Amino acid sequence: MKATVHVTLKNGVLDPQGKAIEHALGALGFGGVNQVRQGKFLELDLGETDAEKARAQVTDMCEKLLANTVIENYTVEIEG
Amino acid sequence: MKSAIIVFPGTNRERDMAIALEKASGTAPLMVWHKDSEIPDVDLIVVPGGFSYGDYLRAGAMAAHSPVLRSLKEKASKGTPVMGVCNGFQVLTETGLLPGVLMRNAGLKFICRNVGLKVETSQSLFTGGYEDGQVLSIPVAHNDGNYFADNETLDRIEQNGQVAFRYVDEDGAMTEAGNPNGSARNIAGVFNKEKTVLGFMPHPENAIDPAVGGTDGRGLFDGLVRALS
Repeated sequence: MKATVHVTLKNGVLDPQGKAIEHALGALGFGGVNQVRQGKFLELDLGETDAEKARAQVTDMCEKLLANTVIENYTVEIEG
Repeated sequence: MKSAIIVFPGTNRERDMAIALEKASGTAPLMVWHKDSEIPDVDLIVVPGGFSYGDYLRAGAMAAHSPVLRSLKEKASKGTPVMGVCNGFQVLTETGLLPGVLMRNAGLKFICRNVGLKVETSQSLFTGGYEDGQVLSIPVAHNDGNYFADNETLDRIEQNGQVAFRYVDEDGAMTEAGNPNGSARNIAGVFNKEKTVLGFMPHPENAIDPAVGGTDGRGLFDGLVRALS
């Protein structure tokens, strides 16, 4: 099964890269962009066939490596 | 003083660190490769600067889960002093041995220059070679040195005396102008609660020779040798 993980910065954590992208969009003439936050997207191809087990496994991966929970949140989606 | 330096693929300051440690202690440090599962018994373990594993995922994240780090954590938990410099600081925060995290520099640029560095306390194994409040000139060289922790954590580490170094301006004042990378409360280095683990961004190993960049870094190595010999 396939797992997708989104890792995003927590609210209140400054995102200088997002800020730079926001400015660049403004410079290109894209008005009305109030804020940009940059994150990571990961795709995992898993051998596991049980969706609940796969979710537990990927959540553990996020806690241990994929996200730094001091500054980042993550979401896990499992697709059959 | 016997010391060991951990070397990962992408580490690049291990030789400078070895020279500084040998100059101060008279003993060449052992180099320990990241795949080694055992660190020999030493008085000090150093995680040096560089770009371990190419800074993939997050600076220090991959190194924090390498085989050698299990041995490092075990030794640290038994009280062996551990010092992380630059990428080593990033690795130690990723392992959870030190509080907080190092994010991308606020100005998004790699910074390579001398900075003003204030010694917050001389009461540690690592900083005994300096005076309280002494201001040093030490080079930094990093892209991800922006120290961050939530306010609660910052308050706690300040109350516990866990802040080792802060960035200061030319007048020795803790100002925004003296903060090269956006670090919270100008923090450049922190201890663990027991003050047996220290991590910081600047490179004292590159400030030991008057011919290249001054000698303000010597105090750190001389202090370590006095404390650990």
